Amino acid sequence: MTDEKIRVLIAKPGLDGHDRGAKVIARALRDAGMEVIYTGLRQTPEMIAEAALQEDVHVVGLSILSGAHMALIPRILEQLRAAGMDDVLVLVGGIIPDDDIPALREQGVSAVFGPGTNTDNIVRFIRTALAAPSA
Amino acid sequence: MTPVRAPADLIAAVLGGDRRALARLITRVENRAPDALEALARLHPHTGQAAIIGVTGAPGTGKSTLVNALALALRQRGQTVGIVAVDPTSPFSGGAVLGDRVRMTDLAGDGGVFIRSMASRGSLGGLAAATGDVVRVLDAAGFAIVLVETVGAGQSEVDIARMAHTTVVVDAPGLGDDVQAIKAGILEIADILVVNKTDRPGAQNTVRALRAMLELGHRLRNAGHHGAGLLPAPLEALAVDSWTVPVIETIATEHTGIADVLAALDRHRAHLHGTGEIADRERQRVEAELLARLREALLARLLAAHDPATLAETVRRVVARELDPASAVQALVAAACGDGSAPPA
Ligand code: B12
Ligand SMILES: Nc1nc2c(ncn2[C@@H]2O[C@H](COP(=O)(O)OP(=O)(O)OP(=O)(O)O)[C@@H](O)[C@H]2O)c(=O)[nH]1
Ligand SMILES: [Mg+2]
Repeated sequence: MTDEKIRVLIAKPGLDGHDRGAKVIARALRDAGMEVIYTGLRQTPEMIAEAALQEDVHVVGLSILSGAHMALIPRILEQLRAAGMDDVLVLVGGIIPDDDIPALREQGVSAVFGPGTNTDNIVRFIRTALAAPSA
Repeated sequence: MTPVRAPADLIAAVLGGDRRALARLITRVENRAPDALEALARLHPHTGQAAIIGVTGAPGTGKSTLVNALALALRQRGQTVGIVAVDPTSPFSGGAVLGDRVRMTDLAGDGGVFIRSMASRGSLGGLAAATGDVVRVLDAAGFAIVLVETVGAGQSEVDIARMAHTTVVVDAPGLGDDVQAIKAGILEIADILVVNKTDRPGAQNTVRALRAMLELGHRLRNAGHHGAGLLPAPLEALAVDSWTVPVIETIATEHTGIADVLAALDRHRAHLHGTGEIADRERQRVEAELLARLREALLARLLAAHDPATLAETVRRVVARELDPASAVQALVAAACGDGSAPPA
């Protein structure tokens, strides 16, 4: 009998102090039956990759409202790859201009969710992506 | 993408210090995956080296902050540290928000530390059902010290006292006098009492209250550690414990008093080894674990032996007052085991 749960890391990279969105997402995913590891504020790319590895998560969710996403996300993806965590699903939320989204997806971000996103959509996205054979 | 590795491979990697493999094995153990039993059996000979330290206490008293400070101090002495931090699973959704890592950021980037968050997954008593197995994996992986933070609870958490060599109970000022009764329960399992947040008003009252309660109660040796009852308790188990529970004041956020806690941990470990109590505790721990596993295994077999319709019918009859619960159980056991007393050897 196995008892598998979807494990998700929710991290706030950089110096951005806006943590409402991250907490809303953490609670929504918990309410959808997932186990959410919340890291808190001011996480470096190295800290995020290390936590993702130790917690053996399926999903890394980054919440960025500071405008620093184009600088932070490539470094986080690089650290995840260096840790051998290149198979995790990476999601980004917060204030991300539409123009930046193609570049982020190109680098390996699976999806970007902006202000006002219904959390049900996020839950559905995670479930669908993890059910797909490539995950 | 990453191929699922066979247990033998995974175990060799874990014993060789591969952190990714360690994280993956912990997941298998936590999920009770079919190959986890085999992995644990293979790891068992490598266990028994780590000092296992439990940290428990009411919600928000500063357990995670203390674990962070303690781990940092242990690292400065050159000891490696594995950390298991348990937070509650929501009974409504089965999900959980695990937030203990937020207080442990000082330990980031240190290869001598491994932190794993665990959800309680429906288990009561402050730990998850698989916490003991996860601690064993960290022990086998070679961590010198394993720190286990329980779910924030104010009730007597005997589970952690059974699992750990040393149990640290964390208290803080401002929790209110009405929790005195609860504290009496948790005092029984404390080897070390920490009053954290002594920068806050009322700290001295908390310290005084705890000292007074300690003086009142003669602690029985191994109080809270027995109760498994598989084997008769040796007589000396009832002798008054020669260990004096220290009350230590800390400000975990400022790393104040941490050296005192470390010194107390060292003294307690020396006490356990010096008096031979370590062997008692180990025996009691194994005994409690065997009983728990027996209970689980027998229950699973017994339930499997009955058609769900029979169980439903039994429930219906008890509800209808045609049968009382005790007789119902006797009948179910008798039907599954033949004679109703014991399964055939
Ligand atoms: C509330 C708020 C604050 C609060 C924050 C309180 C807190 N603890 O979070 C306070 C007042 C402290 C604050 C301060 C500042 N703020 Co402000 N703030 C806002 C505001 C009005 C709302 C943000 C919010 O909480 N929304 C509610 C949550 C639920 O929404 P959300 O975070 O967007 O999350 C949703 C999605 O984005 C997504 N999501 C978010 N994270 C994640 C993660 C994952 C994994 C997923 C899947 C989805 C996801 O799902 C959520 C649900 O739909 C926004 C404007 C806006 N309308 O967004 C500005 C805003 C973010 N702030 C801004 C600024 C500039 C600041 C300050 C620098 C102002 C200053 N000069 O002092 C400071 C900086 C503070 C700091 N240390 O970082 C700018 C940022 C500009 C930019 N990025 O280019 C904004 C956009 C306002 C603006 N239009 O200029 N702010
Ligand atoms: N003033 C003060 N605050 C402290 C001290 N230690 C911890 N805190 C704060 O107390 C709050 C709770 O600390 P945690 O370490 O998360 O407490 P916890 O017991 O692990 O909490 P749970 O795991 O939720 O039960 C945090 O805001 C800490 O910063 C201290 O010594 N003094
Ligand atoms: Mg905690």
